[in-house]
Formats: sequence, C-alpha cells, structure tokens
Amino acid sequence: MSAAPQKTKAGAEKIDVTVSAVVKLNALVTRFEFTRTDGKEFPPFSAGAHTVVEMNDDGRTRLNPYSLMSDPADPTIYAISVRRDDAGRGGSLFMHNNVNVGDRMTLSYPVNLFPLDLRGRKHVFLAGGIGITPFMAMIAHLERISAPWEMHYACRSKELGSYVDELTGKYPSKVHVYFDDQDQKLPLEDLLDGQPLGTHVYVCGPKGMINWVHSTAAAHGWPEEHVHSEEFLAPQPGKPFEVRLCKSDITIQVGENESLLEAIERCGVEAPFLCRGGACGQCETDVVEADGTFDHRDHWLDDEEHASGKKIMPCVSRFVGKTLVLDR
Amino acid sequence: MSKFQFPESIRSRPVYGTLEPRPGKAHLMIADAEGAEALIDLAAQDADLIHAAHIIYIPKNTGETYVEKLRALAPAQLYVGPSYEASVPRIRRVLSDAHMGLQIYLAGTEGLMGQAMNEAMHAGIPHSAVQTEHRGSVARRMQCVHCKGITEDVMTDPFVCSHCGLNLFVRDHYSRRLAAFQGVCVDAEDPGNVPEPVELYK
Repeated sequence: MSAAPQKTKAGAEKIDVTVSAVVKLNALVTRFEFTRTDGKEFPPFSAGAHTVVEMNDDGRTRLNPYSLMSDPADPTIYAISVRRDDAGRGGSLFMHNNVNVGDRMTLSYPVNLFPLDLRGRKHVFLAGGIGITPFMAMIAHLERISAPWEMHYACRSKELGSYVDELTGKYPSKVHVYFDDQDQKLPLEDLLDGQPLGTHVYVCGPKGMINWVHSTAAAHGWPEEHVHSEEFLAPQPGKPFEVRLCKSDITIQVGENESLLEAIERCGVEAPFLCRGGACGQCETDVVEADGTFDHRDHWLDDEEHASGKKIMPCVSRFVGKTLVLDR
Repeated sequence: MSKFQFPESIRSRPVYGTLEPRPGKAHLMIADAEGAEALIDLAAQDADLIHAAHIIYIPKNTGETYVEKLRALAPAQLYVGPSYEASVPRIRRVLSDAHMGLQIYLAGTEGLMGQAMNEAMHAGIPHSAVQTEHRGSVARRMQCVHCKGITEDVMTDPFVCSHCGLNLFVRDHYSRRLAAFQGVCVDAEDPGNVPEPVELYK
C-alpha cells in the first residue's frame, strides 16, 4: 500500500450532512444517502474512496469507515451501504437502528486507499459479500470512460446478494455472480488465465478471499503491482490495559470494547488517523517503553516492525502486559 | 568474465539484478551478446523453465559463440536475429499475443534491456516486474538532448553526437521512455574546449 498523505490534524476535514434516504436492500444491508446540510456540492472523490462516518451514540462517538458507492460524477449525494454486524462493536447496528431520513451527521472528506490504476488495459473486480460497495463507484467511473472491465461477485444467497439484480440487469455480459448456497464457486484460476496483458485485478471481501487472490495471482505469474485489495479491520475487543502517553503526560485506561485510538481520543488527546482500520498508516505511534506482549492486528507495519516492539497502530492493535509508554 | 559491477550512482540510473526462475504461464527471454551466459546460468537453476521459454537472441559481435549453447538448452522457440531492430516486429507480435502470467527476462547490454523493457511497458507490464541482468559490454545508448538523435554503443565520455556533431558529456540521467541516457553539450560556454575522451568506467 502506498504512503498515506502527510497531515498534522487528527483525521480528515469534515462535512456536515443530512440523511436523504435510507434504503433497506435485504435482511443485512441498508443503503444510506447523504446530502450536504449547507446545500453545496460535495467534494469530488475518486472511485474506491471511503469516508469515515461519525456517529453520536448516546454521548459516545463512533467513527466507522465505509466505501463510497455513489457515482463519483454526481456531486449532489454521497452513498454508503452498511452491512449489519450483530456481533460487532455496534457501529453498524447504530446505523441500522438509529439513523433516519432527516438526521444530521458528520462525514470525513473522502480518502482513497483503493484507487483504480487507470493505466490498466482491463479491470477485473472480485467482490465477496459487502465488498461489492467500492466497485459500484468504480464501475460508474469505468463505464463513463468506456474502459473494459468484468466482475465476479460471490455472495451467500440470492436474498443476501446486494445489488445483484441491478448489476446483472445493467451489465448482463460483464457481471458474474456465484451463490454459496447453490454451491457455486468463484473460478479464480480459470478467470485469471488468459486475461490480456496489462489487466489489473481488484479484490474486496473477507480476509481469506483477499489472501487467496493474492497467492493465486502470484502463482500464476501476475506482478503484485497488478493485484489490488482493500480490507478494513474492525478493532477487536480484548482485555483492558493501561497506557502512559508521555508527551501528554497522562495515564489512560483502555477498556475491553474500545480501541487504543478511541481511548486516546476519549481522554482528549488529539491523535492522527484516516481509515481507523489498520490500512492507511496515519496513526502509527512510537513506543517509548514496553513490558509485555503486543497484539498487532494492522496490515500497515511489516513483520520486522511488528517484532521490533517500537511501533504500534492504535486503531486496531492492543497490548497485554505491565507497562506501555507511547510517544503521544 | 562478462559481469561488471556498476558504481553507485543517482536514482535515475537503472539497476540490474540476477535472473531467477519465477512462476508464470509463459516465459519470454530477450538477450544480446554475452547476455546468453545469463540465460545459460538460469537454465542451470531450472531447465524446465527454458524448455517452456521463447528466446530472442541477438549475438552482436559474439558471432556463433553462444548460438549452439542456447540451442542445446532446448527452448520452446529460439530466434537468432541480426540486430535488435530486426527483432522488434517479433517482440511486438509475441507481446500482442501474450496474456497475464507472462514473465519477461532481459539479459545483455543496457541498450537492449532498456529498449525491450520499453516494449514490455507499452504492452502493459510494469517495469518493476521485468527481470534484468547486465552482461557484456558497458557501452551505452545515448540521446543528444539538443538534437534528440540517438547514438548507440557509446564507449567514451565525452563523445561526438552521431547526428548533430556536438561534443556530449555522458550523464547517468536515464529516460525509461526513450531507453537512453542523456548526453549534454560539454563545451557550450567555451566552444572547442573539450576534455580528452576517456573510456567509460576506466
């Protein structure tokens, strides 16, 4: 993943929005559309970008990243699709249960960690479940410039296949859908075989699918520069621990169900972030002292950095042990 | 000994590696002169890789030295051509018929590797995915930044542009698009004051 833009402020600039539509797609997925509260146009975004949605959940601030799935050429709305995760930390449940048309919310400026490589001669999209969302914007973009693409979309069942009808209706020869409950498998090896030189493949879905695509493409001789993926990690709960922030000169407690980054923010310390999912690298923090074990969960730092104990990504990673002192 | 260790230089200067077998659906190998030795070394690591490969070879001044040795590796296809220019239509045809999964191996002089790299990039392969190994002559392909003419196989610094006749200083500043180093007039401010030409890297 390429280097993130350098910023001094915590997070990206923000936009005040009003919820203009809430569309239930199926039992798990709902689409939310936003317009700007000040009536102006949204800043343009490139296909593949995400926004961080700020939720005020009874006094607790939740910040979740979601891919923008609206047409990048339409500056009047931003749209996201949210899959309800009943076992998650509550952000998606809040969106499903508490957000209604007319509500005021705050979005971050879009940030793109999953852009199209427009040098590509052809673009192959591999979506798993809710991983379909960034491809909706990418398809809109590629259709506008008449660039060749095809999509292979694996989902659990017909009922849970978000946008399946819309996509297969509009692009019957380009979109191929595989339903788990009908034992249909995405034929990865066959579809990588014979793609024209200069083809790029993009995968968005569960971690296992992303790893499968990267390793299969590498075994077929695809350059790694032509295989793109995006996976946002949700911070996982863990045992509470104590952290000393030496620059701010305070000691804070990280609760079981909050991330280190959230605990830092709760205590009033400004920390940089963009994706909040272990991908962008913005929140990278130096470790001053540590006596214990790190629970690294990001895919920003490399294995060597993880082993060094000198750096941590507070958005998703945790710590178990006696002392942790961070340069924050 | 056909290997040469280039001194460290500016970032623009290409850096070459050592060919290694990589997984792929097809293998295209393009080499000139002593570059054949790199392919022979590669075959010693993985003979099957060569059996599946298409080799395009330009002997240049090595004549028949390596041709039979390459044939003995039993590549799927072996083309021996009189010059790089003569092999270009074949390279383009191979690339236009190729699919993702093609691996490209380049070996020999900088001029050959640069130009073949350029063809690969035009076909949609990132330059970072193309393997290279320098062997043989350290002569350079130079572009005159003044008249834009290309002079092949430059061995001295400075040298005379074969197109416009200016005295050119050999820079390490390289253009991937042109597959050439940049040559800049060495006596622009004091015409006629040209340093004695020195053989490259001597």
